[in-house]
Amino acid sequence: MAQAETIEKICALIAPLNNKGVELSPATTFAVDLEFDSLTVMDLVAEIEDEFDILMPLNLLPDLETIQQVADAVEKILSEG
Amino acid sequence: MDLLDKFDATTALRESLPFEKVDPFTVVMDEIVSETEAIIGGRQTILAGTNNYMGMTFNEDAIEAAKDALDKFGTGTTGSRVLNGTYSGHKALEATIADFYGMDHCMVFSTGYQANLGMLSALGGKDDYIIIDADSHASIYDGCAMGNATIVRFKHNDVEHMEKRLKRIPEDAGKLLVVEGMYSMLGDAAPLKELLEVGKAYGCMTLVDEAHSMGFCGENGRGVAEELGVEHLVDFFVGTFSKSVGTVGGFAVSNHPKFDVLRYASRPYVFTASLPPSVVASATASIKAIQRSGNRRAHLWENARQLHAGLKEAGFHMCTEKAESPIVAVHLPDPMMGTKFWEQLLMEGVYVNMAAPPATPAGIFLMRISVCAQHTSAQVDEIIRRFKITAEKTGLELNP
Repeated sequence: MAQAETIEKICALIAPLNNKGVELSPATTFAVDLEFDSLTVMDLVAEIEDEFDILMPLNLLPDLETIQQVADAVEKILSEG
Repeated sequence: MDLLDKFDATTALRESLPFEKVDPFTVVMDEIVSETEAIIGGRQTILAGTNNYMGMTFNEDAIEAAKDALDKFGTGTTGSRVLNGTYSGHKALEATIADFYGMDHCMVFSTGYQANLGMLSALGGKDDYIIIDADSHASIYDGCAMGNATIVRFKHNDVEHMEKRLKRIPEDAGKLLVVEGMYSMLGDAAPLKELLEVGKAYGCMTLVDEAHSMGFCGENGRGVAEELGVEHLVDFFVGTFSKSVGTVGGFAVSNHPKFDVLRYASRPYVFTASLPPSVVASATASIKAIQRSGNRRAHLWENARQLHAGLKEAGFHMCTEKAESPIVAVHLPDPMMGTKFWEQLLMEGVYVNMAAPPATPAGIFLMRISVCAQHTSAQVDEIIRRFKITAEKTGLELNP
């Protein structure tokens, strides 16, 4: 499970895109709760990549539905160096 | 569980568009009058939404060659290129394209879509990386999905964004950078020099798709890389016969000494029937004609500039500052206006492509107009005039 700090950083990147003012929690989903379209998701992924200095390959994205899952994936990528 | 239920949202989206008389997804061309005109719903219509950039669909040599091949070789090959589907015509076509690009090897695929599928799925192995532009054509995305490589995406035409990502890829990994010379929706060209130089600096092999630039960019019509003098930075070119060449099919060319092994390794090449002899013959004749078509190229660019300037002056919101290609795109404010405008324009006798998300970048709604080398200046003026009438009838605000 990802640390609170990682989740906070990701929430901070989501905030400017959260036009519907949805309350963010680890269980918040991108497609249903936040209603992000594929273009918004793309922008967010680019932001996360630059924030953590990592690559989030396209192949990974279909499995990442919640903020928790993204945070876990980010930490996994970071730990694999 | 009905497996088609998952498409209900798509159906709802389509039904929400307020078309009254015609639907852009079900237009039928009843008669093709010429390269530039058709009969649609009983109306004589100027075609300004095709990919027939060089106007080759009625080229006399191409038609003659196709008829001759039909008589001599029959209607189809009924087999794969690697079994019974390679005729002398297929080899002659590959030699013609290799010569056109000044490269050693060429493979002809059955469609342009399959050329990208075939190249990307074969080149991108399990431990490799494919780096793509976010606005890439569906065939590039699908080619990536079909292979086993790790896919890294950068913002459209953004060299800095791409470099940041290249830095994060392991230095010794196999890397393929994939870009298009010209992007098909907005008709915007790629900064190929910068993209390819940076890609090469990070050890990438490079593939450039010239589908929407072959025929009219560069002195010989090879595409944007020729235009910018950076062909030496390209390992693989991919192209199509379904745009400037005026028929159907796709190809890849390269100087790589091991290129031919892809004929066995590329599943979209192996596991499909080869192109019919008539198509192959017309493609060969058409490419030879394109090589000799300096004047036609010049007229196509004149048409593009005339159309762009005319619409800009009238106050339409143009997607590019100037005409970067024969594709001229006009931005419309929302789906309601977009659908109304497209429909009215067709009633005025002009067919253009209506493009909506997700086919368009950044969720925008646009009228994609494309000109043909066979459009006369008078026809281009007529397109502009009918755009203005349509704006008036639909209440689209213009800002001259």
